[in-house]
Amino acid sequence: MDSRRLPRTVIDPKVRQVGFFTSGDPPPARFQFIPTDPGSSAATATGISSVVSEISLPSNSLSPVMIPPFLHSSVGRLPSHARIAVPGYMSPRRREGLQMPIGSYNSSENFLGMSPMLSPSSSQLNGSDLSEVAPSALLARSGSGKVASSFPGSTGEMMMVMAVKTAGNASAGISLRNVSVVKTLPVVTEKDEETRTLSKNEGAKTGGKKKQTTTRAERRALQEAQRAAKEAGMENGKGNKPKASAGGGAPSISNKEKGVKPPQKVENLDTGTTSEKRIVRNTEKDRKKDIPQPQMQFDDKNRVEKAKKRAVVNKLEAKNRVELFRHLPQYEHGSQLPYLQENFFHLDHIHPSVYKVGLQSLSWTIFGGNARCQEMLLAFREAIVDYSTPPEKAFARDLTSKIGSYVSFLIECRPLSVSMGNAIRFLKNRIAKLQHDISESEAKAQLISDIDRFIDEKIVIAGKAIVQHAVTKIKDGDVLLIYGYSSVVEMILLHAYEQGKQFRVVVVDSRPMLEGKILLRTLVTKGIRCTYTHINAISYIMHEVRCVFLGASSVLSNGTVYSRIGTASIAMVAHAFRVPVLICCEAYKFHERVQLDSICSNELGDPDVIAKVSGKEDFNHLADWADHKNLQLLNLLYDATPSDYVSMIVTEHGMVPPTSVPVIIREYGKDQFLF
Amino acid sequence: MPDIQALVNDFILKLKRRKIEGSQATARQTAELLRAVVSHQRLPYTNQALALLDAVRDIGEQLIAANPVELAVGNIVRRVLHIIREEDLTSVASAVDGLGLSTNSDDDDNFEHDDHPILSAAAVAAAARSTLRAPSLQTLLEGLPESALAPRPSSSGGDSEGKSKSAERKKLKHDVIEAINELIQDIETCHEQISEQAVGLIHQNEVILTLGRSKTVKEFLFAANEKKRSFRVFIAEGAPRYQGHVLAKELVAKGLQTTVITDSAVFAMISRVNMVIVGAHAIMANGGVIAPVGINMVALAAQRHAVPFVVVAGAHKLCPLYPHNPEVLLNDLQCPSDLLDFGEFSDCMDFSTSGGSPLLHVVNPAFDFIPSKLVSLFVTDTGGHSPSYMYRLIADYYSSDDFVVERRIKS
Repeated sequence: MDSRRLPRTVIDPKVRQVGFFTSGDPPPARFQFIPTDPGSSAATATGISSVVSEISLPSNSLSPVMIPPFLHSSVGRLPSHARIAVPGYMSPRRREGLQMPIGSYNSSENFLGMSPMLSPSSSQLNGSDLSEVAPSALLARSGSGKVASSFPGSTGEMMMVMAVKTAGNASAGISLRNVSVVKTLPVVTEKDEETRTLSKNEGAKTGGKKKQTTTRAERRALQEAQRAAKEAGMENGKGNKPKASAGGGAPSISNKEKGVKPPQKVENLDTGTTSEKRIVRNTEKDRKKDIPQPQMQFDDKNRVEKAKKRAVVNKLEAKNRVELFRHLPQYEHGSQLPYLQENFFHLDHIHPSVYKVGLQSLSWTIFGGNARCQEMLLAFREAIVDYSTPPEKAFARDLTSKIGSYVSFLIECRPLSVSMGNAIRFLKNRIAKLQHDISESEAKAQLISDIDRFIDEKIVIAGKAIVQHAVTKIKDGDVLLIYGYSSVVEMILLHAYEQGKQFRVVVVDSRPMLEGKILLRTLVTKGIRCTYTHINAISYIMHEVRCVFLGASSVLSNGTVYSRIGTASIAMVAHAFRVPVLICCEAYKFHERVQLDSICSNELGDPDVIAKVSGKEDFNHLADWADHKNLQLLNLLYDATPSDYVSMIVTEHGMVPPTSVPVIIREYGKDQFLF
Repeated sequence: MPDIQALVNDFILKLKRRKIEGSQATARQTAELLRAVVSHQRLPYTNQALALLDAVRDIGEQLIAANPVELAVGNIVRRVLHIIREEDLTSVASAVDGLGLSTNSDDDDNFEHDDHPILSAAAVAAAARSTLRAPSLQTLLEGLPESALAPRPSSSGGDSEGKSKSAERKKLKHDVIEAINELIQDIETCHEQISEQAVGLIHQNEVILTLGRSKTVKEFLFAANEKKRSFRVFIAEGAPRYQGHVLAKELVAKGLQTTVITDSAVFAMISRVNMVIVGAHAIMANGGVIAPVGINMVALAAQRHAVPFVVVAGAHKLCPLYPHNPEVLLNDLQCPSDLLDFGEFSDCMDFSTSGGSPLLHVVNPAFDFIPSKLVSLFVTDTGGHSPSYMYRLIADYYSSDDFVVERRIKS
């Protein structure tokens, strides 16, 4: 033990001098990883210090001041740990935490000897902390106090590289740290040099070409030096590899990757930067993310061409396109399904379960915001279960792109609903926020539990909460008007009926979907008294209605309710007859987009279904509509209800006026995607 | 006149069975029937007009009762009654003019006993003033003496038998039939007169929305199209009859840019529409409109987006009645099989526990009522009118004492 600790004790004082000079307690400072671990509560510190000495707990917590980068990265990390409170999630982490030091212990006995001592307390100390410890340790160990001190200020970037490297290889164990020491040290000096020369350059801008060329040469030299350093590092890493693989599942991959793909690391920098920066950046990023990405405009020919090249499903452009809706995809319907069915075995990059959902949404066997979202998430869940990281790829990165390709496939089958978009955003966010130091299986387990939780919390439980709220608005003797089919509204009615409330339901339906019949069937089977009519008769039937319950596909941030076509008409007539309109919608369907009309953003259905009238087979005046170039059939699927027609929006957070929608998006939207 | 009664019964049966589609056809057939009635009516020597009025009113009552929702029947009956009155008035007036003004109060008393208890001299005067002469400045100024004189000649129709009874008798009948022919002509040509105004109302590149199919609207659009106006038409299909499909086909055949939308998409599309043009089933005296089901929704949407809502209708659709609860009282509930197939839900219904009242109702009304405030403009064969002017037009076409046909008979 002593032999192991010796090198550290030599290095450590540098750190100690800065951080502990208030307390002036050298002994505990030996464990230079303690300062880097300030946010992880005093408990860890006590745990560690108790092993060695019970001195200077406060001093420990003070220490972070001196090495801002590490402190911050750990701080930045911690909240995310804290936030993730998935049951059954912590335990594998802990297990890993236990495993890791052991692995590292094996691999790098000489200078990271403290790891065995860590292991007892590792139930609190998690992997990332450990990994973040490493660079400081290494740096300190390098002996060049100068470098260490210049570290935070001058070459923050370099340091980040290191941090990333270590963080990225967190599970790789300490062997990698060994590598990074070797590798990064030259880089530090080089970079310092480089920056110096650059600044010199800038200082003497008029210096002319000569200087530039020199700098270029210098740079080349630097690059070569770097490469050499990396190679050396790689070799070193390879040498340690067998041992490292004992540490966890992912190390070999990440190790390799480290050697092969430097740019990735640079991109990854974000994750390891200083916490303040990170938080700022995060919020900025979030804000940028919050601004919904401009939707694909199908009148933009360049983009359409590009999209076509990427497309899995070949689609024929519809013949008689509606001029007003050039910006929306208008394809021949019915051609995709047989094509996809034929090519089931050729499109093997798409997971079968995703494929199934795509086909189902194409053939309209599943529809409705909740159902589609749920099916999609379950398909993604299955895809994640079956997923294994291909060699030379990073788990999070590859999975994200994989899911991206699934999503674009689903979009080709049918444009996504807002609910699906939000769910995808959530999932991608979760993948991006995955710890880099956990193994693939753990990451998968974590994602799966996240998906389960999303379905459970955002759809199932939220639906129940909405039912609880909305049922209070149903009284005996009420006449309720329902339009189309909404899963939440159906639950509300059934729940109210089970509570013994006496009410009558007016089911209003509209062509071409006639979804109301589904609801009508359920209600009539249950024994609820119903009146069925079509949307044109709404003015006739509205006289007897006391309350209107409507579902929604999405509620937009200006209070506009984006829902099945006809909802706006119903709400308008109800408003004209002074009948309250209640929109029942889970908060996960809220979206920060705004919309003023139903034209700019919508979905076009199959125009052929308009030409056919169900139950009137001989009524076929428009059977040959496609032959007339002047005739278009427009099958809009959604419309936007202005917020002034909406009396109340029932969400799981309560019953709110439409003006409060942006508030809900703001307050609950954040944790909706971060958890 | 058994053949007349047979005709009437036949027509009544058709009305009852809703065999006659469209108010124009109904109006024309009613007018033709009444013309036959008038021509077959034997007239007494005295009070010819009265006899004719009674006969027409008698038939009219039966017709109205056969289909009270088809207001065109009542409109035509009232129009014919009005024609008879008018012809009587003019013939007598001309006769009196020829004779010179020889009026005395005895005649007045003589006449007024029979069946005009409500009819005051003033009312008749007003009617005469409004119908016989255009309200020019002269008539306005001379109104008082004229009106004082006008009723007397009319009332003295009975006792002007001195000179040429038979000729006059024939003349009245002939005049009435002529006038009814004119009325039929009007009904048949109202589309042309309405569509003449199309060019003045539709501009280039206009986007027009309509719901269902109305012959008047079709002709209106055709007329604008023939005048080389190019415009675009959105047609809501108009469930449950889906006549919008038929209209779309007809318009496309004429080369019009046509887009068929579902009824539910009306609100979504109305924001891009410049004008809504719909046909009507009937126009009420207050400017309210009874129109095919779904149009109230369109009117509300048009109001929301400040889109002009134009109703095109022939004068025969002008009804002198004021609506009361028109959604229910002036509506026709049609067969549920338009919405649900017979027996579609019988498998899931529990018939044992319903306790008499069925679990499932299907409502399929035929008409909507559109309040006058939602209408921007009426285009009739006499020109464009605002809803508030409708009551005045009605006074042109109908006598105020014919407004209620039935009660007069009963009393």
